Amino acid sequence: MTSSSSSTTTSNNTTPGGPSLMETLFQRTVDDLIKGIRLHNPGSAQSSFISKSLDEIRREIKSTDLATKSIAVNKLTYLHSLHNIDISFAAFHAVELTSSPIFNFKKIGYLAASLSFSPSTDVILLLTNQLRKDLTSANVHDVSLALECISAICTVDIARDLTPDVFNLMTSSKNIVKKKAIACLLKVFSQFPDAVRVCFKRLVENLEKNDDQMLAATVGVFCELCSKEPRAYLPLAPEFYRILVECRNNWVLIKVLKIFEKLAKLEPRLAKKVVEPICDVMKRSEAKSLVFECVRTIVSSFYEYEFAVKLAVGKIREFLLESDLNLRYLGLQGLLIVGQHHLWAVLENKEIVIKSLSDVDRNIKVEALRLVMSMVSEDNVVEICRVLIGYALKSDPEFCNEILRSMLLTCSRNVYEIVNDFDWYVSLLGEMARIPHCQNGEEIEYQLIDIGMRVKDVRPELVRVGRDLLIDPALLGNPFIHRILSAAAWVSGEYVRFSRNPSEIMEALFQPRTNLLPPSIRVVYIHSAFKVLSFCLGTFLLPNKDANSSFSNLVDMEPGFTYSESEQEFTETEHGANSSSLHKKDMFTRESIANLLTLVITSLTPLADSHDVEIQERVRNLLGLALLAQQEISSHHEQKEKRIDWVGLKTYILIRLVNGALSEEFGPISSSAQERVPVPDGLVLEENLSKLDSICADVQLPISEKFSLVRPTYLPTDGDSLSSRQNEDESETSPAESTSLLAEHRKRHGLFYLPSDNNKNASTSFLPANDPDHIDKDVEDLVKLTEESLVLKRKPNQARPRPVVVKLDEGDRHPTIAVKKIESNDDLISGAVRDVLLGNEPLSQSNQLGKPSGRKKGKAHAKVDQGSELKDNTENSETGNSGKRRSKHRSHGKEKKHSDSGNNVEGREENGKEKSGGRHGRHKAKQSGGGIDVVDQKQVIPDFLL
Amino acid sequence: MIRGVIIINDQGKPRLIKFYDYQPIEKQHDIIRNIYTVLCNRAENVSNFVQADSTFGPDTRLVYKTFATLYFIVIFDESENELAILDLMQVFVETLDKCFSNVCELDIVFNFSKVHTILNEIILGGQVVEMSSAEVVKAVDEISWQEKNKFSHSSSNATSGWQRR
Repeated sequence: MTSSSSSTTTSNNTTPGGPSLMETLFQRTVDDLIKGIRLHNPGSAQSSFISKSLDEIRREIKSTDLATKSIAVNKLTYLHSLHNIDISFAAFHAVELTSSPIFNFKKIGYLAASLSFSPSTDVILLLTNQLRKDLTSANVHDVSLALECISAICTVDIARDLTPDVFNLMTSSKNIVKKKAIACLLKVFSQFPDAVRVCFKRLVENLEKNDDQMLAATVGVFCELCSKEPRAYLPLAPEFYRILVECRNNWVLIKVLKIFEKLAKLEPRLAKKVVEPICDVMKRSEAKSLVFECVRTIVSSFYEYEFAVKLAVGKIREFLLESDLNLRYLGLQGLLIVGQHHLWAVLENKEIVIKSLSDVDRNIKVEALRLVMSMVSEDNVVEICRVLIGYALKSDPEFCNEILRSMLLTCSRNVYEIVNDFDWYVSLLGEMARIPHCQNGEEIEYQLIDIGMRVKDVRPELVRVGRDLLIDPALLGNPFIHRILSAAAWVSGEYVRFSRNPSEIMEALFQPRTNLLPPSIRVVYIHSAFKVLSFCLGTFLLPNKDANSSFSNLVDMEPGFTYSESEQEFTETEHGANSSSLHKKDMFTRESIANLLTLVITSLTPLADSHDVEIQERVRNLLGLALLAQQEISSHHEQKEKRIDWVGLKTYILIRLVNGALSEEFGPISSSAQERVPVPDGLVLEENLSKLDSICADVQLPISEKFSLVRPTYLPTDGDSLSSRQNEDESETSPAESTSLLAEHRKRHGLFYLPSDNNKNASTSFLPANDPDHIDKDVEDLVKLTEESLVLKRKPNQARPRPVVVKLDEGDRHPTIAVKKIESNDDLISGAVRDVLLGNEPLSQSNQLGKPSGRKKGKAHAKVDQGSELKDNTENSETGNSGKRRSKHRSHGKEKKHSDSGNNVEGREENGKEKSGGRHGRHKAKQSGGGIDVVDQKQVIPDFLL
Repeated sequence: MIRGVIIINDQGKPRLIKFYDYQPIEKQHDIIRNIYTVLCNRAENVSNFVQADSTFGPDTRLVYKTFATLYFIVIFDESENELAILDLMQVFVETLDKCFSNVCELDIVFNFSKVHTILNEIILGGQVVEMSSAEVVKAVDEISWQEKNKFSHSSSNATSGWQRR
C-alpha cells in the first residue's frame, strides 16, 4: 500500500478507556476486515470469515462506546456495499452515529445511511431532526453530509419537512453548500412536488447570476426537469437564451443546449431565435463535447434550418474522420439522427459508413449498419443486401447475425414494402440460411411461409429455394437452421405442384440425416411428404385434361361428398399450375410411382412406433395411404395400358378426396375474422347476456379492406386493444342498434359468417385467400398502387411489375405499444412549476396545456371559478389567428409593462426580481385575470424573443 | 442525470458502487455482474460507450475507462453529454491520484470511505457539482482534517491521526 493516509484506519488503536476497554482494544478495524477478506479465498472460506466477522460486529455495535460502534458500522457499510451483506439491523445505530458531535462518527453514520437505507427503512423517520440540525450547522461539511444523505435517501416525509431548510441554504454565502443544495433540490422536488412552489423562484434567480458554478448546478436541475415535461419551462426561455449567448462555460452550455433541444420542439418561433446562437457556439467552440452537443441539438430539433444542418453535417464529417473511436462513434450516431430528415447527409458520407462496417469496434459497426439500413430504398435494396451479405460472411458471428437481423427487419417492414422482386428476396432468404453463423432461423422461417401465402407469383421460386435447402444434407447438422428447414419442407409440400421434380423432394424429405431433426420439425417433414405423395399419385392417376369435369364425375360417384365453390375456383385460378402439372403427368411412370411408394414405406416403417405421438400419427396416416396405393397399383400391373381402370380403385377415390382437401389453400386470415362470426341463432342478447352488447356492439370492422396475416400469438394483444376501445365507446350503442347492425353486417359480409345450415363444407368458415368479394378489391387497390408508383418512378431497370402482395390489417404483426404515461410526480412538479411561473392559477394553466390532471385539481390550489372562466377565453384565443394574436400581444405587453406596474406590488412577486419583461407582463396578465389579458397569458414566450 | 458510478477490477470484483437512485443491493450486484460480462468481452482500444437500456431504461448508456487494473464506469441518461462524462471521469481519476498520490487498486480497496468522500464532492444526487479536481482535493483535505482533529479532541489517544499526515 502506498502512502495512503486512510481515513478509515485512523481509529485503529485510538480507543478510550471505559467498560468496553477489552472489547475495543481487540476490535478489528476496517483495514483488518479487508485484509482478512483478501486472505481468504473467494468462496466458502471467505464467506465463513465474513459471517464470523459479522458475529463480532453484532457484538461491537451494541457497545456504548461510540468509537467502537462507529468502527462496527463502518465495517458493515463496507460489507454491505461491496459484499452484498444485509445490514438493515444496523440502521438504528447508523442514525445514532449521525447525531454525534464528532465529525468522524457523524460521517460514518451518514455514509452508512446513504448507502444502505432503502425507502422502506423505518428509522429514516428518526433521521429527519438530525438532518435539519446538520443543515443549519456552521460547519460546511456537516451540511454537505446532510445534503448528500438527503439526495440519497429522500422520502416524501423528509422532503416535506426539510424543504424550508434546503431553501434557506440556497442563499448560503458558501458556494460549496449552495451548489449542493441546488443539486439536492431535484430529489426533493421528485418526492414532494409542492417544494417547487417554495424554491422555484430562488432557483430561477440563480439563472441570472454569473457564477458559473451556481449556474452549472442550476441548469443541471432545469435540464432534468425539462426532460420530463418541457412545456412548463417555456417561459424561462429568455433566461436560457441569455445564458446561451453570454456564458462561456462548456458544462453550462451543454445543459442549456439540452434544454433548448426540448423547448424548440414545442415552440417553432423559439427555434428560429436560438438556431443562430447555437451555430455560433458550434463554430467557435474547441471542446468536442460542446460541439457534439450543438450538432445533436441541431439535427434533432432544428433540422428544418438548412444552413444549421449543413454546418452540423460538416462537423459530423470531422468527427467521422477523427482517429478517436469515441468521436467516430458519436459522429455516426449524429449522422443517424440527421438521416431521418436529411438522407443526403448519410449518402454524402456513404463511403465512410460502409467502411465502418468492417471497423474493429463493435459499437461503430452497429451504428454503421443502422445507417446503411436507413439508406435502403426499393431502388437499392438488392444492391445493399448484396454488400451486406458479403460483410455478414466476413464478420464475427454476433455481428453477422446483427446484419442478418436488420436485413430481415428492413425488408419485411410494412409487408415487404421495399421488395419488388420477390424471386430475388426468397433466394436471398435461402442464401442467409446457408450462412454458417445464421441464428435467425425463426424469422426466416416465418418470412418464407408468410411470403408463400401472400405472394402467389413467387411460389415457383420459393419451391426451388426450399428444394435447394432440403436436399442439402449438410444443413441438417446445424440446429440453428432447423426452423428454416421446417419452412422449406412446408413450402415444398404445400406448393409441390410447382416443383420440377417432386420425387426429388420426397427423397430429400426422407434422407437419413433427417433423424437429426427435433420431432416438431420432423412432423412437418412427414406431413409435407404426405402432400407430395398425394400430389404424385394424383398426377399419375387423375386425368387432368379437364379437371372440372372430373370433379363433377367424382360428385356423381360420391354423393356424400360435396365440394365447395371455392375449390372450384381454386382449380380455375390455379389453371397455370394445372397446365404445368399436365406435362408432369409424363414424369410419373408406373415404375417411378412404385419406387416412390417403396421409398416412403421403407423410410417410414421404422418410425411407425415412434414415441412421439405426433410423428407416430402422421407416419401411420401416410403409411396407410402408401401401402394401399402400392398394393393396388402393383396388382393392376397387367392392365398397364388402360388408364380408365384406375378409376375403380380405392386409391383413386382416396387421392381424389385428399387432393381436394389439400388443394384448399391456406389463406391469410383477417385479424378481425373472429369478430365476424355471428351470434348464434336463438341467443337472445337482451335477456341473459345483455352485457354482451358492450363486447359485440361496436366491434369496428376495418374501414378499408385491410387484413393481416396474424400469427396466432398476436391475436390476444389485438383483442386487448379492441376491448379497450369498446369500453370507451360502450355507452354509445344501444342493444337494439347493435343487433340491427349485426344483421346488416351479416347481409353485407355473409361470407364471413358461419353458415347456419350445417350441410355446407365447413371450410368456408375460413376466409379463402382468393375470395373474390374481399380480396379482389384489395388486390385491385394494390395493383393500382403499384401501377401508380411505377408510373411515378419510371424505373427502367425494373423488368416486371411488383407481384401482388396480399395484405390484411396493416402492421398487425407488431402490436403497437401503449403510449407510456408520464409519471404522476413529474406531472405534479411541472404543474407546480407552471403555477409558480404563471402566477398560481393551476386550472387555467393546465387547461392551456391541454393536460388537466385530475390529481392536481384535487389538490385544491385552485380558484376554480376564475379558472374556468379563463379556460373559455383561452380556448377561444387559441383558435384565433396566430399572427393577429401576436401583434395584439406585442402591443399589450408593452402597454402593460408601464401601466400595470403599480399593481404588481400586491402580487406574489415580493422580491421584485422580474428581470424579463416578458415574464413580467404575463404575471400581471394572470393577476388581472380575464378579458383581453388572456391573450397575453397564451404567450409563453416573451416578446423580445419573437 | 448520472445514474451510478462504479469501479470494478479486471476480475469483476467491485471496488466502489454508488447508485443515485435506489437499487436494492441484490440488484446492484446483478447489474455489476452484467456490466462486467459486457466489458470483459470488449476488445481493447475500442470506443468507450455501451448502451445500457436493458438495465436502466431507455436512453441510458454507460461509459467506461480502464486505468491499470480497474474499470471506471459511469452510467447516465440522455441529460448528460457522453464526452463531458468522459472528462468527468478524468477529473475523478485525477482527484484520486492527487489524494492518494499515485493511486493504485489497493488504495481504493483500503480507502472505501475516502473514495466515497471524494465522489460525493464531485457528484451529488446524480448531479455534477464540481469539475475542478483542485477544489475537490481541497474539500477532501478539509474533511480528512476534521475527521482526525475533531476525533482527537474527544479521544485520549490523539496523535495517531495527525502524525500520519
